[in-house]
Amino acid sequence: MSDVKPILEVRNLRVEFPTRRGTLVALNDVSFSIAPGEVLGVVGESGAGKSMTGAAIIGLLEPPGRIAGGQILLEGRRIDNLPYQELRKIRGRQIGAIFQDPLTTLNPLYTVGAQLIETMVTHLPLNPAQARAKAIEWLELVGIPAAAQRIDSYPHEFSGGMRQRVVIALALCAEPKLIVADEPTTALDVSIQAQVIALLKRLAREKGTAMMLVTHDMGVIAETADRVAVMYAGRIVEIGAVRNVVKHAAHPYSSGLMGSIPPVSRRLERMQQIDGAMPRLSAIPKGCPYNPRCPKVFDRCMVERPELMPAEGNLAACWLYADTARPGRDAEGAAHG
Amino acid sequence: MFAFIVSRVLQALPVMLTVALLSFAMFAYVGDPVAIMLGQDYTEAQRTQLIADLGLDQPFFVQFFKFVVNAAQGEFGLSYRLSRPVADLIAERAPATLELALCAAALALAIGVPMGVYTGLYRNSWLSRFFLTFSLIGVSLPTFLIGILLILTFSVWLGWLPSFGRGDTIRWGWWSTGLGTWSGLKALILPSITLGLFQLTLIMRLVRAEMLEVLRTDYIKFARARGLTNRAVHFGHALKNTLVPVITITGLQLGAIIAFAIVTETVFQWPGMGLLFIQSVGAADIPVMSAYLLLIALMFVTINLIVDLLYYAVDPRLRIGGGKGGH
Amino acid sequence: MATQGAVARFFDSDIWYSFTRSPITVASAIVAFICIGGAVLAPWIAPHNPFDLASLQLMDAFKPPAWTDEGDPVYLLGTDDQGRDVLSAIMYGARVSLLVGFCAVLLSVSVGITVGLAAGYIGGTVDAVLMRIADIKLTFPTILVALLIDGVVRAALPREVHDQIALYVVIFAIGISNWPSFARTVRGSTLVERNKEYVQAARVIGLSRSRIMITHVLPNVLGPVLVIATLNLGFAVLAEATLSFLGVGVPPTQPSLGTLIRIGNDFLFSGEWWITIFPGIALIVLVLSVNLLGDWLRDALNPKLR
Repeated sequence: MSDVKPILEVRNLRVEFPTRRGTLVALNDVSFSIAPGEVLGVVGESGAGKSMTGAAIIGLLEPPGRIAGGQILLEGRRIDNLPYQELRKIRGRQIGAIFQDPLTTLNPLYTVGAQLIETMVTHLPLNPAQARAKAIEWLELVGIPAAAQRIDSYPHEFSGGMRQRVVIALALCAEPKLIVADEPTTALDVSIQAQVIALLKRLAREKGTAMMLVTHDMGVIAETADRVAVMYAGRIVEIGAVRNVVKHAAHPYSSGLMGSIPPVSRRLERMQQIDGAMPRLSAIPKGCPYNPRCPKVFDRCMVERPELMPAEGNLAACWLYADTARPGRDAEGAAHG
Repeated sequence: MFAFIVSRVLQALPVMLTVALLSFAMFAYVGDPVAIMLGQDYTEAQRTQLIADLGLDQPFFVQFFKFVVNAAQGEFGLSYRLSRPVADLIAERAPATLELALCAAALALAIGVPMGVYTGLYRNSWLSRFFLTFSLIGVSLPTFLIGILLILTFSVWLGWLPSFGRGDTIRWGWWSTGLGTWSGLKALILPSITLGLFQLTLIMRLVRAEMLEVLRTDYIKFARARGLTNRAVHFGHALKNTLVPVITITGLQLGAIIAFAIVTETVFQWPGMGLLFIQSVGAADIPVMSAYLLLIALMFVTINLIVDLLYYAVDPRLRIGGGKGGH
Repeated sequence: MATQGAVARFFDSDIWYSFTRSPITVASAIVAFICIGGAVLAPWIAPHNPFDLASLQLMDAFKPPAWTDEGDPVYLLGTDDQGRDVLSAIMYGARVSLLVGFCAVLLSVSVGITVGLAAGYIGGTVDAVLMRIADIKLTFPTILVALLIDGVVRAALPREVHDQIALYVVIFAIGISNWPSFARTVRGSTLVERNKEYVQAARVIGLSRSRIMITHVLPNVLGPVLVIATLNLGFAVLAEATLSFLGVGVPPTQPSLGTLIRIGNDFLFSGEWWITIFPGIALIVLVLSVNLLGDWLRDALNPKLR
């Protein structure tokens, strides 16, 4: 797999927020890649930098946040330093986005059809009549009943789950190669979540679209993603194939997270909980940022920050694996899925 | 749609009746109209006769009912000060005020909205900062002082524009207009700027605040994430969503414009309703005051109705029940 | 120790930081301070007493400002038609303007907070009725209401009595026009606070409703109220000036800035511009600096807008 050219490559991404009390580093040295058609799950507590990574990729960081270092490459082409107008042509057309709350992501004053048509006409060589026909097709594809009539409805006339389906149609309608889905099911009823995830997964597979799925729900990732990146305090602490991370989480933080998935196949003694809270960005401890909460902390963790290193078939930023680290086969495999 | 209008008109009725009651109370109980009408020398018989003629000996609600019926027909009695029918006085003065108010409102909207959009979009540019400073000065300048400064500059020092009156007017039926003559148009310039400047700055600041608010919303972020052009995001999505509050405030401001017309008309000796009103307040001419109050209330209610209809046109969420609905 | 801590906290707070970072705000604070100081201390620091008829000399009437050719250095900003020193008249006039402004805002704040707390906390019909009244009130512009009140009082009372109470009538008329904006804000905040846990908890431990409202809700709504009050002070001063300019405001025996401008307006065409322009500038500077402070305060207390 490592010879396949990745659709997205993020190298040493650093995002900073200048504030009056000094610069906060929101993302530090984040690197990963996504292969065509692959689903990468990004998981972590809120504030870990998952959504920020997504926003940086689509070039919509909230000011005063800014990319302070590193590179973002789409099919080998740098996009993090493109002028606004160039990046605009990529958004929607090459990278689609899905946001968390379907109740607020649709403009209340336009029909869903108008919003679909507008998006397609902006990016694709379609006339309005063709775009309308395609819009109906898309609504059918995402499972809106009676799409031909509902196309002229306003967002407030749909339920939350249906609106998220419309958002998915909007994200996919210009046929991008990559979707950045930021907590796409968090705001939905539990009963709807599974349907929407299944739809997203099916469409991504059918269209061959790669996906970066940001969520704090390890269950969603286990079900959907091919690989998973675990983020903590603005860094990736572990990355690897989903099955392997779930079964053999290397980083103590990841194994804590995995402990929070409700057990289905295996019977665990009891669900684990991680003590303490993630540090604020202004007070990230020296050494390994997880050291205040880590049950396996030792001297080295307090002084030196660990880089990603091969561990249990994944890559983990943890000193526990410093001795076993052999730059070799399994590490390469884990990094590029 | 029709049901919507009817319901709004029904809602407006209590407001109009309350104002009418106020207006009537003022008419009936403030000062002593009988004494004013009789003058210095009168007999008790004359007084009783006049009270009976005016219906002042009848029960309150009968009097009020008569007042409402008369008012609905435009009958407000005689002005104490000018001894002429109030309705005639107002009809003579109304065109001047309405032309002035509409010109001022058009000016405020045509300049205020684009300035607000610009300052909202480019909040840190030097031009935005200039506009904002300008707007704050505009809010802090009282209308009458703007008028005085304009007169001082353009009439007294430069001598370009007239400092008072309407210039030459043309009559169209009972309506007299200053829009048809050169001197009428010239006379309209300074009063319109004076009256419109405050509203202009207010609209600009409002549009700016709303734009800033809307630009932070998820749907604008999503519109950007869909790769729409800036033009589509700013004008198609953002500006349209600012319209509802802008329409509300503009509607309210039309009321304020009519009120501030009193000031502008005083400064420019503009022969409109405001000047009539202020002269009536000075002379405690209650019939004119109560008629003016009712007329203003009627205008407000009408403006509110138009505002509601505009909402209906702009925001589909308000059309629930009227159109195709359901989930 | 505790106050020292509070002072230290204030100088370390975001508000103080944003204050020092904005030169315009610092400048307007200084200007507002000078204006208010000059007005309050007018009887002691004004160069002349414009109300002391004995010191007025008609010979000194219509003197232009001191820096012009015919100016008299004794009268820095010139004199009016009766030989009154324009600068002193402005200082005394600002005193009246500010007095009316402060009292009117105080009235608006008290009525607005009471109505807002009641509407927000009691809710139900009381809320609906009070807010409906506020709505109707909001649609009528201040000037119009004030003019009507003045007109009615004028018609109902003899002239001498009217002149005596004119100042209070103006304060009442302006104050009573502006309460709805306070009521709405306080009601909104009260609704939010009412459902918070500490208020619920206070009720559970048996504190009375009015006590909860005053001790728990009130401190939380004071920020927004302060912002509106500052902006309203500017509006109130302008409203008073406008009414006085129209000749229905404060009595001529206590001329405010608006009265001075009206008096001067008669001499605009004969070339004595200073009689009206200097009070006008004083009014603008006063209101502008207060408005700038209010504007800044609103932005500083509302971090969303930063």
